[in-house]
Amino acid sequence: MWKYRLWALVILLLGGLLGWYVYHSQVTGSRPFRLGLDLSGGTQLIYKADLNAIAGGDVNESMNALRDTIERRVNIFGVAEPLVQTEKGGTLAGEAQQRLIVELPGVTDTEKAIAMIGATPTLEFRMLKDGATVPEEGQPIADIDALFEPAAVTGKNVERAELQFGNGGGLANEATVVLHFNSEGKQIFADLTGKNVGKIFGIFLDGVPISTPVIREAIPDGTAVISGNFTPDSAKELVRNLNYGALPVPIELLTTETVGGTLGGEAVKDGIMAGLWGIGAVALFMVLWYRLPGLVAVIALSLYIIANLAIFKLLPVTLTAAGIAGFILSIGMAVDANILIFERMKEELKAGKNTRDAIHDGFARAWLSIRDSNISSMITAVILFWFGTSLIKGFALVFGLGVLVSMLTAISISRTFLLSLGIAAEKGFARFLFGSGVK
Amino acid sequence: MLIVIYRKVFFTLTGLLVLLSLASILFFGLKLGTDFTGGVLAEVRYSAARPTASELAQSLDAAGLSGYSMRESQNNAFTIRAGNISSEMRAKIPAAVSIGGKYPSSIERFTEIGPIIGVELRNKSLVALGLVLLCILFYIAFVFRKVSEPVSSWIYGVIALITLLHDVIVPAGFFALLGHFFGAQVDTLFVTAILTILGFSIHDTIVVFDRTRENLRINKESRRKEDFEVTAGHSLNQTFVRSVNTSVTVLISLGALFFMGPESTQDFALTLIVGIIAGTYSSIALATPLLVAYERFRAKRT
Repeated sequence: MWKYRLWALVILLLGGLLGWYVYHSQVTGSRPFRLGLDLSGGTQLIYKADLNAIAGGDVNESMNALRDTIERRVNIFGVAEPLVQTEKGGTLAGEAQQRLIVELPGVTDTEKAIAMIGATPTLEFRMLKDGATVPEEGQPIADIDALFEPAAVTGKNVERAELQFGNGGGLANEATVVLHFNSEGKQIFADLTGKNVGKIFGIFLDGVPISTPVIREAIPDGTAVISGNFTPDSAKELVRNLNYGALPVPIELLTTETVGGTLGGEAVKDGIMAGLWGIGAVALFMVLWYRLPGLVAVIALSLYIIANLAIFKLLPVTLTAAGIAGFILSIGMAVDANILIFERMKEELKAGKNTRDAIHDGFARAWLSIRDSNISSMITAVILFWFGTSLIKGFALVFGLGVLVSMLTAISISRTFLLSLGIAAEKGFARFLFGSGVK
Repeated sequence: MLIVIYRKVFFTLTGLLVLLSLASILFFGLKLGTDFTGGVLAEVRYSAARPTASELAQSLDAAGLSGYSMRESQNNAFTIRAGNISSEMRAKIPAAVSIGGKYPSSIERFTEIGPIIGVELRNKSLVALGLVLLCILFYIAFVFRKVSEPVSSWIYGVIALITLLHDVIVPAGFFALLGHFFGAQVDTLFVTAILTILGFSIHDTIVVFDRTRENLRINKESRRKEDFEVTAGHSLNQTFVRSVNTSVTVLISLGALFFMGPESTQDFALTLIVGIIAGTYSSIALATPLLVAYERFRAKRT
């Protein structure tokens, strides 16, 4: 018994420490809960990357380059903690797609968010197909793939751009933009130009051919000159945009989701209220129905809540409205194991055992049911996490974690506490404390 | 146990409930939300006076938006749904909803889902539903893998699946009703709720059946002759309180979520509440009575 008392004390101390950590890190802001966009306010944009012009093996590399570019772009606008990530998707819609997900916390104007990303130019290189006529520079063309085929060198090979005057072989002081390829691009470009002497090379910005020079000779130094009727100002702007990062592949907006700060703030407030009421009501029910074991279950439930909140901070888990709903649902389910155990304990008491034996046997016999009931919930949580959108993933993660943690708290912790009380009565008040419904 | 003795009453009740739910689904239909159809969902909140619905409709028509629907929502707001729109149209919306600045407003939520994403989410949901059902099927097969008498194991499994069907049809029928009268739409959260109900309600049934099989075994070992009906009823009695109480605590917390929680998860909470009540009801008033009815039917035939 003293062993159990010691353990109970250790658990309480640990719980207290963890609780203090959760509270302290929240008020000081050293490690606050991470809130999803639907709670903090912000915009999420999902783009489809058009990889028609990219050879199969380069897809990952291009997507990474795309992500880096957008990240740089977003950072320029001073968005705090943006999230840019790539994702494969669409296979279930019959069309495999490479996607780019951009999350902009605090940006609650959809138009502004789209403009932020949309201002990034797309730079592409293509070779004119044999026999096709050269289109006019600076004019959009209807069917780009009919005239041009993709070139081996792509926008991701460009290291930086530079403004120069009089380098294009035209007027002495014409503004030109010089592209410097990275070392890999330099090699590819040298090969490309070497093999295609006499052919037309097209440089495209946002799908418009801005320069279509004839390749006169192999260019080994890794530079390409764009001399496309620039004014000094337009050339300067292009250089700036390219240096901030041009998109290596074109992108197309698939979905947008914006939630205003007010709505998100209210959702947090309502979520906390619902959580507190849920905890209070569940605790009241447990104490009224199960008496002393019920009180122990409430302590275990409190420890469950503290442990979960700490895990949310430490992992960290991004909390969404659906995640909060999952957490509140899990509070109701966390005491399930306790109910199973206590009902079993009552059966043992009815069979005439004293309270201590009833506790031991009740726990041992309820274990299989507890395991089985949690398995079916875990199946759901895992599949939801696998298939869900970010919203559903938030729910599934919190729900699944809750099921796991509650198995620990409801079983070992409440067992330790009950045994540490050291009541082994066969009748009297102590038995009353345990035996609601036992005559 | 009364429920086992008067099982025919409960079968009638359950049948009626399922028929009503199916009728609700057939007549009202489940309205697919923006998640699945693709399109735009905007929630506009007005800081002072709110325009009337017809004023707003007029303004939206003038801006060139077509095929939209709207409903008034809490907090002085309107929720507008429409199909996919062009970026020019998107830019016009803030001015259109404030009716040229006459009613100061802010767009608190703006979601636009591309058609491909809609199709994908729909297919993903179907796959997830299929997978959960498949896993639960395997799980049931695993739980009831041992041979049992007088009712063979797979019958337990089939009955568990029947109760599962009931637990999905009832909340779906309820949601169709909710959709018809309050404009609730089937979205990914609804699918999540259904899957959660599946996971939750199956174990209630399994626990009752486990107890039945345990008692049958104990009877056999102690060579006690007891009617199957009596044993099943007795097992139900033993697990009754825990079935109800585990659901009660979940319902308490879901009730808190429904009444106090964020608006965005209210439909979700309500679907779960209905599903969990249905799940608890079916594991008590459908599963064991069906088992007894089957045993009776089999006994008569031989």
